Amino acid sequence: MKIVVCIKQVPDTKGGVKFNPDGTLDRGAMLTIMNPDDKAGLEAALRLKDQYGAEVTVVTMGLPKAEEVLREAMAMGADKGVLVTDRVLGGADTWATSQTIAGALRNLEYDLIITGRQAIDGDTAQVGPQISEHLGLPVISYAQNIREINLEEKYIVVERQYDDRYHVLKAQLPCLLTALAELNEPRYMTPGGIFDAYAKEITVWGRKDLKDVEDSNLGLKGSPTQIAKASDKVRKGAGEKVTLDPAGSADYIVAKLAEKHVI
Amino acid sequence: MNLEAYKGVFVFAQQVDNVISNIAFELIGKGKELAKDLETEVTAVLVGADVKGLADELAEYGADKVIVVDDPELKEYRTEPYTHALASVIEEFKPEIFLIGATAIGRDLGPRVCARIHTGLTADCTKLDIGDFPINPVPGKEQKHNQLLMTRPAFGGNTIATIACPDFRPQMATVRPGVMQKAPKVEGAKAVVVEYNPGFTPDSKYVEIMEVVKAVTDTVDIMDAKILVSGGRGVGSPENFKILDELAEAIGGTVSCSRAVVDAGWKPKDLQVGQTGKTVRPNVYFAIGISGAIQHLAGMEESDIIIAINKDDTAPIFDVADYGIVGDLNKVVPLLTEKIKEATAKN
Amino acid sequence: MDFTLSKEHEMARKLFHDFAEKEVKPLAQEVDETEHFPAGTVAKMQKLGFMGIPVPKEYGGQGCDPLTYAMCVEELSKVCGTTGVIVSAHTSLCCDPIQTYGTEEQKQKYLVPLAKGEKLGAFGLTEPGAGTDAQGQQTKAVLDGDEWVLNGSKIFITNGKEADIYVIIAVTGVKEDARGRKKKEISAFIVEKGTPGFSFGTKEKKMGIRGSATYELIFTDCRIPKENLLGQLGKGFGIAMHTLDGGRIGIAAQALGLAEGALERTIDYVKERKQFGRAIGQFQNTQFQLADMATKVKAAQLLVYRAAMAKKTQKVYSVEAAMAKLYAAEVAMEVTTKAVQLHGGYGYTREYDVERMMRDAKITEIYEGTSEVQRMVISGSLLK
Repeated sequence: MKIVVCIKQVPDTKGGVKFNPDGTLDRGAMLTIMNPDDKAGLEAALRLKDQYGAEVTVVTMGLPKAEEVLREAMAMGADKGVLVTDRVLGGADTWATSQTIAGALRNLEYDLIITGRQAIDGDTAQVGPQISEHLGLPVISYAQNIREINLEEKYIVVERQYDDRYHVLKAQLPCLLTALAELNEPRYMTPGGIFDAYAKEITVWGRKDLKDVEDSNLGLKGSPTQIAKASDKVRKGAGEKVTLDPAGSADYIVAKLAEKHVI
Repeated sequence: MNLEAYKGVFVFAQQVDNVISNIAFELIGKGKELAKDLETEVTAVLVGADVKGLADELAEYGADKVIVVDDPELKEYRTEPYTHALASVIEEFKPEIFLIGATAIGRDLGPRVCARIHTGLTADCTKLDIGDFPINPVPGKEQKHNQLLMTRPAFGGNTIATIACPDFRPQMATVRPGVMQKAPKVEGAKAVVVEYNPGFTPDSKYVEIMEVVKAVTDTVDIMDAKILVSGGRGVGSPENFKILDELAEAIGGTVSCSRAVVDAGWKPKDLQVGQTGKTVRPNVYFAIGISGAIQHLAGMEESDIIIAINKDDTAPIFDVADYGIVGDLNKVVPLLTEKIKEATAKN
Repeated sequence: MDFTLSKEHEMARKLFHDFAEKEVKPLAQEVDETEHFPAGTVAKMQKLGFMGIPVPKEYGGQGCDPLTYAMCVEELSKVCGTTGVIVSAHTSLCCDPIQTYGTEEQKQKYLVPLAKGEKLGAFGLTEPGAGTDAQGQQTKAVLDGDEWVLNGSKIFITNGKEADIYVIIAVTGVKEDARGRKKKEISAFIVEKGTPGFSFGTKEKKMGIRGSATYELIFTDCRIPKENLLGQLGKGFGIAMHTLDGGRIGIAAQALGLAEGALERTIDYVKERKQFGRAIGQFQNTQFQLADMATKVKAAQLLVYRAAMAKKTQKVYSVEAAMAKLYAAEVAMEVTTKAVQLHGGYGYTREYDVERMMRDAKITEIYEGTSEVQRMVISGSLLK
């Protein structure tokens, strides 16, 4: 069985956020981690590997620094790592990103593709379903549990989470799943695994290695959505303080709650 | 793509089990405002099986037109037939704006549709306006008017970004439930209803629903709660927590507490917020009778809105509260509960 | 000389740090209060290969270098001194001598399960009458046919009763040297828990590292196979001393971690705590103390890492290990004590971690060779 897991190196949102002059994120300047939903997807792939035997390839698109997240994945047990990096790919919105990754994945063999549901920097949850559309694959997003995978008959059974229920879905392979962080508890790396991971070669692809993708769909220029403006959210300090009679106090609070759309 | 050919504000009228979700009405409400600015109409797109009868309700909440895509393949939500439905509607009717609720359905359907159509989608918008792009004129660059400007938080809420989709149509956006307001209901209002079925032929992208399992409501973990009503030693006694329970119920929140309350044996430890308890980041944190010692602040200062009620006006909690009320919680809290019940009953 | 850590070492630190924060830290206070051996945590570490970090892969270990192992103990100790010493004693004092002096059969039988995390190890040298004066050994091993018979007792043994495999030092004879002076012949043995005649006595109640199982070992006509002699007959003292050199690097890493943990907590605290209308971190008295603490901690770290690298590249590293342990332990005691002081009254309460770190730090100046012994080793090398 061959599984491809798409992972992303994201800024740890607990740290500060920095921007380039054109409004896009200055990723080089921040503390980074493997996106939590992606890590869960990777763990799901590794469990399938433990259970059925599989080759797990992790793919990431990003700056050269993103290689770290591939090494982490390999130290957890992934077999191969692919870094997709190229200046012309930068500043991409979800359309251009999904086009890029689909272009990379067309070079690989896979029975199953797993991505995280959403990244903690963009928070869009769009790239996974968009990749599946570009590749013409069925998609099951919000996967909360993988029940069964059958390679001979080429199907997978997955629980798909909704707000008030879940569906048990059967999809043909190959298909794409987007994983929720709740899917599982990801394993740790092992000390030996780390050194082994760094001893392996990572495949590096640039724009020229992307298959069936037009330049007009890549990078900042290929992005239908554009940033009009971006700013830091103003951090909290002391706010207002009032001393009113009980009824006045209650009215004050209700007004504030309504203003903030809480009620 | 001839952008001029695209007109109208369309809204995906999400329904589950043939009940229209509130988000649909909220989006129609906002859609109406946007349509007014653009001098056009707002159309609801209703997708499902045997759903024609729901069109009237959509009209009552403000839809000028309802496009109904009704087919047995659409009974329960599945990505592929619904994507085909919306993509076909878009190609046929060419709206300039398409809004979808940012629900577990919308956040799957939206991206799949926009990828099929090749347009831009902006997720989890908190504000939608009609304006110019670029916002301020840039020499050498065309400034387009009547663009949808979509504002959303990113990076875990650390940043606010405004996005535009100037060169592709429709401009698509998803919006979280509870962000926009429904328009007031107009009983008996009617809309133009158009039936449209592009035809559904199952292919490899269709999945099979083997089972539908509905959720059983569970007790909320305070770390998951969006609204926390937290009590400290100032509440006075375990019995008096009743007034907090009532407030929590009225506002749809969960009760939590400070360490002093746990140590006194009034509440169990899993409700404790603070350094030796849990760290929470709800949308709203009520700190009632809580002084605000460092150990407590460490567990809740990242809440979006902090409302403190304390009779001591030097209490440190007021240093982080967005709205601080100096007063007697025994008088303020029950009144607050009443007034919240009144306000929510009106809607 | 490049002071930057390799990418692999940085990633390893991240692994140990994440594990410590997530799995060890939440239990640290409880482990200290209840004095319960953190068996659950040990089981998790065993599964992840933390109990065999420097052991070669062919013997079931992770095949990493001593620096990686030291970083593991350091990161664990930042949040829990008990957990740090469990790994250190098992790895340096039990795995290491078997790896260095064991026969192939002994390595397969004992080292592999220890490194794989199937068994826990310990080391018994100290006796009621033999602490710093290790030559005061009284435990005897007498060869009787195909078996060694052990009699005597060991005290203050870390991982006692919890461990399955013990490296035990005992007196196997008395020799006369050329001048007719009597000298003890000391040898090393491998003893398994459960062997008839091997029992456990008192569990010590301690000031710190309270979750660490510190037991008396009692040998009453305990018979072990003659194959369980570790290394050559009569070479046991040298084996013990060499083993302790490696152990000192582990303990130095533990002390370093305690100091770093205390410093981190203190920096966070002084930013938040307000007196006289501002954060106490704004007073120069606080700032200067923190500067001194940070400098000493960094110096300790460099000595510890240097000792770990010396173990990798040199046959003999006693002085490097002694300097690292001496300095790191004294810095740990000083920094944790200052940490409590800078926390004020709160620092004295058990709600904050620093008082536990101070209690944990004290033992690092004593076990595996007191600071006085370390000074003997260092000055001995200077004046030879």
